[in-house]
Amino acid sequence: MLLLVTAHLVLAALLPTVSRWLGRWAFAVGAILPAVSLGWALTSLTEVLAGGTVDESVAWAPVLGLTFTLRLDILSLLMIFLVSGVGVLILCYCVYYFKPDAQSNSRTSALLVAFAGAMLGLVLADDLFTLYIFWELTTVCSFLLVGQDGNTKQQRRSSIQALLVTVLGGLSMLLGFVLLGEQAGTYRISEIVASPPAAGALTSTALVLILLGAFTKSAQVPFHTWLPGAMVAPTPVSAYLHAASMVKAGVYLVARLSPAFSDHTPWWPLIATLGIWTMLIGGYRALFERDLKTLLAYGTVSQLGFLMVLMGAGSHTVAMAGATMLIAHGLFKSTLFLVVGIIDHQAGTRNIDELSGIRRRFPVLTVIGAIGALSMAGIPPLFGFLGKEAAFEGFLESGTTGDLVVLVGLVLGSALTAAYSFRFLWGAFGTKPGVEDSSAPKPSLGLMVPAAVPAALTLLLGVVASLFNALATTYAEPYPAGDHPYYLALWHGFSLPLLLSAVVVASGVGLHLARDRVVRLGGWLPDFLQAQPGYERTVAGLDTVSYAVTGRFQAGSLPTYLAIILLTFVLVPGSAVLTGGSMPEELRLWDSAVQVPVAILVLTAAIAVTMAKRRMTAVILTGVVGYGIGAFFVLDGGPDLALAQFLVETLTLVAFVFVLRRLPSRFTQVESTRSPRWPKVAVSVAAGALVAVSALVFSGARQAPPEASEGFVEAAPEGAHANNVVNAILVDFRAFDTVGEISVLAVAATGVASLILATRRARRPSAAEETEGPRKSREVRK
Amino acid sequence: MNTVNVTVNLTMALTIGGLYAVGFYLLLQRSLMRIIIGIVIVGHAANMFLQLAGGPPGRSPIVGVSPAEEMTDPLPQAMALTAIVITFALTTFLLALAYRSSVLLGHDEVRDDVEDRRIRRQQQRVDEREEPDEPGADRKFEFGTDNDKEATR
Repeated sequence: MLLLVTAHLVLAALLPTVSRWLGRWAFAVGAILPAVSLGWALTSLTEVLAGGTVDESVAWAPVLGLTFTLRLDILSLLMIFLVSGVGVLILCYCVYYFKPDAQSNSRTSALLVAFAGAMLGLVLADDLFTLYIFWELTTVCSFLLVGQDGNTKQQRRSSIQALLVTVLGGLSMLLGFVLLGEQAGTYRISEIVASPPAAGALTSTALVLILLGAFTKSAQVPFHTWLPGAMVAPTPVSAYLHAASMVKAGVYLVARLSPAFSDHTPWWPLIATLGIWTMLIGGYRALFERDLKTLLAYGTVSQLGFLMVLMGAGSHTVAMAGATMLIAHGLFKSTLFLVVGIIDHQAGTRNIDELSGIRRRFPVLTVIGAIGALSMAGIPPLFGFLGKEAAFEGFLESGTTGDLVVLVGLVLGSALTAAYSFRFLWGAFGTKPGVEDSSAPKPSLGLMVPAAVPAALTLLLGVVASLFNALATTYAEPYPAGDHPYYLALWHGFSLPLLLSAVVVASGVGLHLARDRVVRLGGWLPDFLQAQPGYERTVAGLDTVSYAVTGRFQAGSLPTYLAIILLTFVLVPGSAVLTGGSMPEELRLWDSAVQVPVAILVLTAAIAVTMAKRRMTAVILTGVVGYGIGAFFVLDGGPDLALAQFLVETLTLVAFVFVLRRLPSRFTQVESTRSPRWPKVAVSVAAGALVAVSALVFSGARQAPPEASEGFVEAAPEGAHANNVVNAILVDFRAFDTVGEISVLAVAATGVASLILATRRARRPSAAEETEGPRKSREVRK
Repeated sequence: MNTVNVTVNLTMALTIGGLYAVGFYLLLQRSLMRIIIGIVIVGHAANMFLQLAGGPPGRSPIVGVSPAEEMTDPLPQAMALTAIVITFALTTFLLALAYRSSVLLGHDEVRDDVEDRRIRRQQQRVDEREEPDEPGADRKFEFGTDNDKEATR
């Protein structure tokens, strides 16, 4: 399994090169791997239907307990049908859809295959972190595919919205995963589902966070607006990512976790409310769209709401309906998108108002589109009908008030679905009075076949209803079945679900016939129900906040930056030291009395440095501080250290003096007039005091004698033939550190040399101009 | 060296704190020379910190001269020795920078960053145009266009 996923990513990396040779046939090369995946899934079918699973695990960072764990079970299998099955169709379709010489072909093909791999990993992942990684990979692929080359404003805006919304959800989901994993004590999804953590505030929080991720990915209200926006992507991309597979990731996650959590408090109420709301809003908005593709996108939003409800409910029959609708939706929506793609490709438009007479021109295409749309509307004997019937039956079974409310919502949503399905048929294929017939060349077979295959499957799985029964039943196994388990069939006798289906279709037809009156509503929604302004307001708000924060902190002045760093140091680690640190048990005033006068000397010299007006004075006083420190080292028992300190201090003084020759003898006094002195003093004194306290706390925190040093002392005479342990450490035990140190010296020396040489060179060619400037500013200073 | 001694020298701690305070104060100045001196002083204090945290003083860590039990810990000393040399390298590099700055600009003052100032001005402009009722109405969020707007204004 892992091999398949990796192969996708490798192939994606190779495709840009391949497409240089093969042009748009690179898409066909890309289709090979999804086909292999589909074949592999089909060979595992019997094993999975028998209740078995295929497991694979690769230790990634074993020390941290991180593994890539993949697992094929019935739900993964269903998703692979969508991911790889639809993937093959889409990639074949792309060969004929895109222009042969389009620049973007290599990019699009590579991204589509990478996406197919990421999505395959997502549906196979059995580890929360593995799932998360693939989840975000699909988001990134979606961003790049929607944005294309980012030439138009719409492409940029839509892709960024899709990215921001889904990444926000993804991050919250990651947080939820960590919480859930810690509660359950394992990050294996199968283990969590087998023994879910006890209900409680933490588990509930985790579930809400995870649902937020699922809702954003699957375009649930109020996050749904990114999906219609993402329709700027090329049609095959929309069909694959934004109808058949990626947007189902959220639904998949809900389906994956529902067996464990459907009876936890926030899970089902949240899913039911938002799912039905999404179904209604999406269906309602689809009634007004004039762009066929956007119409389908709102339809997808609506259907995703429906799927959420079915996957989250947690009863046997509803789960069967969920599995059926999952595949049914994938089939009819890819059919419809591909049909729209063909119409757009041939007629040059997909606007309802401009299309007319397509039915007469393309009868075969009309049949294909009709099968898709009628399956979406829930007309027998098509596959969508089976799913819808099962859903109605499932919510009727229990008869509780809650279920009946949900049922009413589903019936209303289905009526809207039927209405926009008819609207789609009429809009795409119908003949409109006053619109001249669209002239369009016949589409090539390569475009028709990928659209016809899912349509044929829709018809086949609907007519031979028992074909899918075993899959749906296996999927619903975790939920207890009643005495008479439901089975998928076209005819269950004259039953209430059948009546409801009839009501749905009738109201759909009614709504469609009254379309002129409906359209006059103009898709009106009260402001508080609109999601897009909310998104824009949020983003604009973030924008303002980031400007304010950046503007306030990014003031451009070095002292301000350093002061902010120092204040953070005082506040954050400072409060930790003061609250968490403990003072040493015993304080000694000094180790030897000589330390006191040296300390006084050093501190006096240091304070005098801050007051020095002349540069030379300051430098000499710094020298005093340095030699004083050397004295401390002598008293501390470090002769080598003291020697180095004295030598380096002398060298530093010499270097200072060289530079001081170039500079005016007094410090410029600008800063003292510009800002008062005391805030700087306060900040530095506070930070200094904190250092003093932490010096005490850290030094008092010693618990064990230093073993490393003891080893050095023991090994020095024999191992390094040296009696001076410090020397032995520097040149022998830790010789590589010293090599590093020497390299630093070499780099610094190079830097110094080049700076000074460059300065000389810069001065030479335009000596007149260059000296003019400095002299002027020097005069101003005086 | 075999026993853990948790008594801490207060004089050294105070000296370290005082040196850090002076170093920080100098770092907050605008004269590059003062900033360099500040770095030198903070470097001194950090080396002292290493010695203080490294344990109580003792006799020099030379085998044969002092018995192992009375030695100071050699490891912090080795670290501080390395640190001294690296501080020296850093100081000379900074001095070269100050030299170049004084030759090219005639002073060694650290001026404000022009680019950052621009962001600040832009923020003030946003603040002035307060319209919380209708955000996004005339200021639609858009990446990458702000610079262009700025350039045409």
